[in-house]
Amino acid sequence: MSNETILHDHVTGAHEADHEVHEHHHHETFITKYVFSQDHKMISKQFLFTGITWAIIGGLFSVIFRLQLGYPESTFPWLEDLLGHWAKGGRLDPEFYYSLVTMHGTILVFFVLTAGLSGTFANFLIPLQVGARDMASPFLNMLSYWFFFSASIVMMVSLFMQTGPASGGWTIYPPLSALGDASEGSKIGMDLWLTSMSLFIISSLLGGLNYITTILNMRTKGMSMTRMPLTIWALFFTAILGVLSFPVLLSGCILLLFDRNLGTSFYLSDIFINGKILPNEGGSPILFQHLFWFLGHPEVYIIILPAMGIASEVMSVNSRKPIFGYMAMVGSLFAIAALAFLVWAHHMFVTGLNPFLGSFFVLLTLLIAVPSAIKVFNWLTTLWRGNLRFTPAMLYAIGFVSLFISGGLTGIFLGNSALDIHLHDTYFIIAHFHIVMGVAGMFGMFAGVYHWYPKMYGRYLNNTLGYIHFWVTMIGSYLIFWPMHYEGLAGMPRRYYDFSNWESFKMFAGLNEFISFVSIIVFSAQILFVFNFFYSMFKGRKLTSLNPWGATTLEWTTPLKPGHGNWIGEIPEVHRWAYDYGKDGRAFISQTEPVGEQESKH
Amino acid sequence: MNQFFLIAIVVMIFLLIFQIAKASEYVSILKGEEKSRKQTNRVNGFLLIAFLIFGLFGVWWCNDLYYGKTLFPQGSASYEGENIDTMMWITIIVCGVVFFITQILLFAFSYKYQESDKRTAYYFTHNNKLELLWTGVPAIVLTVLVVFGLKYWFKFTSDAPKNAQMVEVTGHQFGWEFRYAGRDGVFGKKNFKLTDPAKGNPLGVDWNDEASHDDIHVAATMHLVVNKPVKLIINSQDVIHDVGLPHFRMKMDAVPGIPTTLWFTPKYTTEEMKVRTGNANFVYELSCDQICGKNHFAMRGVIIVESQQEFDKWMVSQTPEYTKTLPGNNSAPQADTSATGAKPVASLELKK
Repeated sequence: MSNETILHDHVTGAHEADHEVHEHHHHETFITKYVFSQDHKMISKQFLFTGITWAIIGGLFSVIFRLQLGYPESTFPWLEDLLGHWAKGGRLDPEFYYSLVTMHGTILVFFVLTAGLSGTFANFLIPLQVGARDMASPFLNMLSYWFFFSASIVMMVSLFMQTGPASGGWTIYPPLSALGDASEGSKIGMDLWLTSMSLFIISSLLGGLNYITTILNMRTKGMSMTRMPLTIWALFFTAILGVLSFPVLLSGCILLLFDRNLGTSFYLSDIFINGKILPNEGGSPILFQHLFWFLGHPEVYIIILPAMGIASEVMSVNSRKPIFGYMAMVGSLFAIAALAFLVWAHHMFVTGLNPFLGSFFVLLTLLIAVPSAIKVFNWLTTLWRGNLRFTPAMLYAIGFVSLFISGGLTGIFLGNSALDIHLHDTYFIIAHFHIVMGVAGMFGMFAGVYHWYPKMYGRYLNNTLGYIHFWVTMIGSYLIFWPMHYEGLAGMPRRYYDFSNWESFKMFAGLNEFISFVSIIVFSAQILFVFNFFYSMFKGRKLTSLNPWGATTLEWTTPLKPGHGNWIGEIPEVHRWAYDYGKDGRAFISQTEPVGEQESKH
Repeated sequence: MNQFFLIAIVVMIFLLIFQIAKASEYVSILKGEEKSRKQTNRVNGFLLIAFLIFGLFGVWWCNDLYYGKTLFPQGSASYEGENIDTMMWITIIVCGVVFFITQILLFAFSYKYQESDKRTAYYFTHNNKLELLWTGVPAIVLTVLVVFGLKYWFKFTSDAPKNAQMVEVTGHQFGWEFRYAGRDGVFGKKNFKLTDPAKGNPLGVDWNDEASHDDIHVAATMHLVVNKPVKLIINSQDVIHDVGLPHFRMKMDAVPGIPTTLWFTPKYTTEEMKVRTGNANFVYELSCDQICGKNHFAMRGVIIVESQQEFDKWMVSQTPEYTKTLPGNNSAPQADTSATGAKPVASLELKK
């Protein structure tokens, strides 16, 4: 498409949308506005609400299983009231402990940090920051949410099954997940898990295709790719990762469903279980791991890239200074996204993988540290000689960088196959991925919520609650996960219900109790955030300016509460990149301002 | 009753925090939003630098508390594992330097460049020299780590030395089985379709293969010889398990249908380790490190590392599995029930 046509399209698009805004004023019903909405802003809020709901559930699960780990001798009668036969006498059943672990992982990785994070911010920011009325296909976008919603329902239903939800870990390795004889959770719960994930993958694909199309085709006049804010670049690569890798997981899930229900042997061979000799021969459980991690590894970048984009944007705005090395930031995002597809087998160093093949995965995995290092140094330089405003969002962005450094460095241990032999499946890996992906991902999400909440609701979140939330979460996260490295260095295996019978691991009982205690406090602080979120929607301080943070990007040029179509009148034209902060003595220059004749070049 | 108190207290704390938060918002409006914003900014700037200082102290304190409980002080119990410890130290030093530099810069910059009316932000968009520097240096450092890592990796994954003792490890829900090849040094063939614990064949050994007749099968406890390489041939009967040997720094999955191998050389006997660790109850434990069902956490094996003499003594006291099945096997006499040193050979000759 030539520039002319894009422009033309946009102009006609603008007129139609204006018309729509006008019409909707009269015809919009509760259902079309809040439920089956096609407005990207409403869909993003739907993703965020569902994400928050799942985060509370997933977080609560971790608190419950941390009770078992921290206080293995104690009983909690209220657990029996809550969980019935899964906690007879107030003590968690081992089977259900594994269900909780599995569900905690699944929920947080997919429903919160994928759907909740990129679902929310891709939907909210892409049209607003590239200057589009809505997504390329608002209808598919709506479907994307409702597929996610149905995936949520199916997963929720699985929690209430007599035999419990899936319990083979979030990676659901067969044969454990393939055979009902192997565990209770591998009965109906596993079928529901696979169904739910299949729906989730569809949702993710519909969303991802929309994001890519919108970014490529619907940028406003003047918004060349290199003028896009880094949030959009990050969300763009995230969507590409999802579109290319999720289908592989879908195929893996479908083959697993076949093995479970149709008697095929894709993953099964030579099995004697529960006194029965199974007829399956010739399958390979390792095949599943390849299929799973071909998604599973890009998945962790699907989580962390949007967080990186948000942190970059928030940090630049609140440093009052351009992001340092914009092109290097884009390049490193690209490098990370490309390498994400070439490192999956580093999760499989101890499966009996061909060592020669393994060596390539070592090399490629450690290569990722280079673009990651570039990003960290660029963030640090962005702070250097800035004029920093510590809004809650900014604190979360700084916290994100700190966590990304801590967790990223332990990745260098784990990516090196020789060390991975010792550290694999211990608490070291738990510490690593919770810091670098889990908590850092959440920090990116919090930074985004605190930063764009005023645009979402026209009100601020309560600052004091925000600061309390940040400091408790920041300190608590390090207290929980930092000491776990030591447990890992002692070889303490993950996914253990009880360590008291192990001579080699039982000396950490006191530490486990401490970690559980802190995790309860951190969880409570999240409740504070949820309360702040809903309270401020109605009672928060109102915005007095359209551009509260003094930002250059397009979303702050929209009306206080933009209707469907975002801009009244024509979509603004873009004349410069998104990071003109502190240029020529001016606090910031909006992207919509034409480049002046006297202006210095950068 | 206690529970209600607890809930009440928690609710009160929440309400208190909420009231403070609400009040602070009113105060900030009364005081002037700009003024109170700057005040909060200074408080948070201070907290950031305090976080750094207390954090660094915490890193030291945590290390002080828990370093002794890791496996480093007692050293690797296998010769190969020593390479892993060396590698670990190299990586800890490299990453540690980067960690301290970057974290200190992050929080120090945050503190130093907090908002001030006296300063305007410096418009600094890029600098090719700097960016090349911090692309190049990590790339070189990582190359060093990769080279070292792969050197050891190829060492561990190469073939076991010729004199290595072979032990077959089989995992199942929820325990470990060990099989020794017996006098002939050859394992009898297996076929999973022959598995039948009721008939004394829990491993599915094919008795038609005569090499199987002197094979020794023991459950839960594995005996190894100190200073002698051992090669484990690892199987699983049902789901994926993992042979986790933290003291030897070794680990390998047990995959149904795909045997895997792992070798190492034990360096200290169990008795020596009791002295080294100062723990009279010390045992080498084999933990399942791959989630395998509800008793995953209890899938424990024990390894006894002893001298060659002790090992030989133990070995001759064992009866081959095949011999144990003989009473039900019509073709063989019922004599071989007592366990003496001559028996494994006797039964082997008998079958011939």
